[in-house]
Amino acid sequence: MARYITSKLIYTLLSLFILITATFFLMKAIPGDPFMSEKEIPAAIRARLDAQYGLDKPILTQYVNYLGNIVQGDLGISMKKLNQEVSSIVGQTFGVSLRLGLIAVVVSIIVGVTLGLMAALYHRKFIDSAVMIIAVIGIAVPSFVLASLLQYSLGLKAGIFPITGLRTPLGYVLPVIALSAGPIAYIARLTRSSMLEVLHADYIKTAKAKGLKWPAILWKHVIRNGILPVVTYVGPMTANIITGSVVVERIFGIGGIGKVFVESISNRDYTMIMGITLFYGIILMAARFITDIVYVLVDPRIKLTSGKEG
Amino acid sequence: MANENKANKQPMPALTAADFEPVNINERESEVIKRESLTAWRDTWERLRSNKVAMSGLMALVLIILASIFAPMISYWVHGYDYQTNDLLATNQPPSSLHWFGTDDLGRDMFVRTWSGARISLIVGVAAALIDLLIGVIYGGIMGYFGGRVDTIMNKFSEILYAIPYLLVTILLLVVFEPSLGTIILALTITGWINMSWIVRGEIMKLKNREYVLASRSMGAGTGRLLFRHLLPNASGPIIVTLTLSVPSAIFAESFLSFLGLGVQAPISSLGSMVENALTGWMYYPWRMLFPAVLISVIMLAFNLLGDGLRDALDPSLKNK
Repeated sequence: MARYITSKLIYTLLSLFILITATFFLMKAIPGDPFMSEKEIPAAIRARLDAQYGLDKPILTQYVNYLGNIVQGDLGISMKKLNQEVSSIVGQTFGVSLRLGLIAVVVSIIVGVTLGLMAALYHRKFIDSAVMIIAVIGIAVPSFVLASLLQYSLGLKAGIFPITGLRTPLGYVLPVIALSAGPIAYIARLTRSSMLEVLHADYIKTAKAKGLKWPAILWKHVIRNGILPVVTYVGPMTANIITGSVVVERIFGIGGIGKVFVESISNRDYTMIMGITLFYGIILMAARFITDIVYVLVDPRIKLTSGKEG
Repeated sequence: MANENKANKQPMPALTAADFEPVNINERESEVIKRESLTAWRDTWERLRSNKVAMSGLMALVLIILASIFAPMISYWVHGYDYQTNDLLATNQPPSSLHWFGTDDLGRDMFVRTWSGARISLIVGVAAALIDLLIGVIYGGIMGYFGGRVDTIMNKFSEILYAIPYLLVTILLLVVFEPSLGTIILALTITGWINMSWIVRGEIMKLKNREYVLASRSMGAGTGRLLFRHLLPNASGPIIVTLTLSVPSAIFAESFLSFLGLGVQAPISSLGSMVENALTGWMYYPWRMLFPAVLISVIMLAFNLLGDGLRDALDPSLKNK
């Protein structure tokens, strides 16, 4: 087990390293730098600024420094917001996004698993078809479309929910629906197929034959076994929700990290884009890493033969 | 689950003496093949055709493709608009006989723009999927066919690349290089091929130890012949399914990037950027949002339905998974 975790960790770090390297060299490929402005800066000031931020050093030295800075959590300085560090902006805005994202995760898992379980229990019945239709639509409709439609119909026309912001608890409803629709659809499909498999397993027959009550079978055998594949979806779900949050925050005017990201893209704040990209990258890779580990921990059927998994 | 016993509770029909008459089957006759024999592809097509949901997806796609080719032309012949003709005296018009989907904030015809946007989406989706296919088949073919150390190293490399979130890489690339149709497709394929390569690898690994491969090899077939005559055609089912399902994800990525302003640049229209554009005046001009939003959803839905149907048709054992 320790060996498995170490090897996964090494690969995750390698991926991260490639992302950081790509980010750095792409940033260098862009014309201009953080101190460019419309006004010509006197050469002496320019030289001092370059020296202070290490921009006068050879590119490899800069690269090593950049790596060192990232390890220390320093993502550089915003090119457009004067004297603001990217990491401090990320720190200020991340809380809002995190709260929204976590609510969406919890809602996705609860609703998705419930829908999937219902569909499997009522296989080939009305509920099954209804859930599958919801799932297909949930996968097909992009989050920005869903968010806009919700905002227009339930927010503006019906006036039930606030159109923008998270000032009241009701304000969370529409963004959370928009964020979790996709994950709910995936989780429902995943749960349904795995529950169907479990329901036809021999141990369920055995449990029934020995006279166990149906709720006990359902809880102890069906759900516990059928829920395992959902664990593998945690990584992709994180990606899905981050992608979604970028759009949803923009549409609902929520001051989270996604909104900052969109703004920095539209006004070409390169250091900010790179910094947030790295930040997202770290979260996503961490989620994937945790998924890999947790899945092995919870599923006793996976045997770890050295390096031969997959 | 509780209704499993129901089938057993039907009353048995009464048996008569006629039921015990010998049937007298001519053994030779029973061996005659009465049904027309179907090739694997005909069989697949028959199964797909009987799947109403998948067929409606296919029909919708054919209609959308035709519309995205011809609708802008028709509008040009009838009214003389193309996607960038603007009429500043007719901005934000609701749908009318002159502008079937209304006009946008610059007075451009939404009907033309929506369908040319769909054209861009389809081109990006299909092109990205085909490039993924090409790279994925080559890379996955090599991994699966040679196995051993080559496979281990190439597989680890693809795993490392795969762990890098692809939308982030795409965003980075498009921020640095000017977004155009070509760079968008390229950015989407930079890690998009990995999934395809894994599918191909798995199939080839499964197939390469089959007897017919051994037979062909023993008759002196080379690597190229084995791969392209025997292994890949037999792996084509899962490859086609993956291909079909990778189109909508590329289309989603394109519309998402356009929404962020990193897609094809104005005045060329894209469904994603049209939705983004419509956000500001959404409350007063809902049609500006509605048409592109619905169309993008229908395109994604149709590809997903077709892909699911193809999977069921190509491998019936996977049904309901």
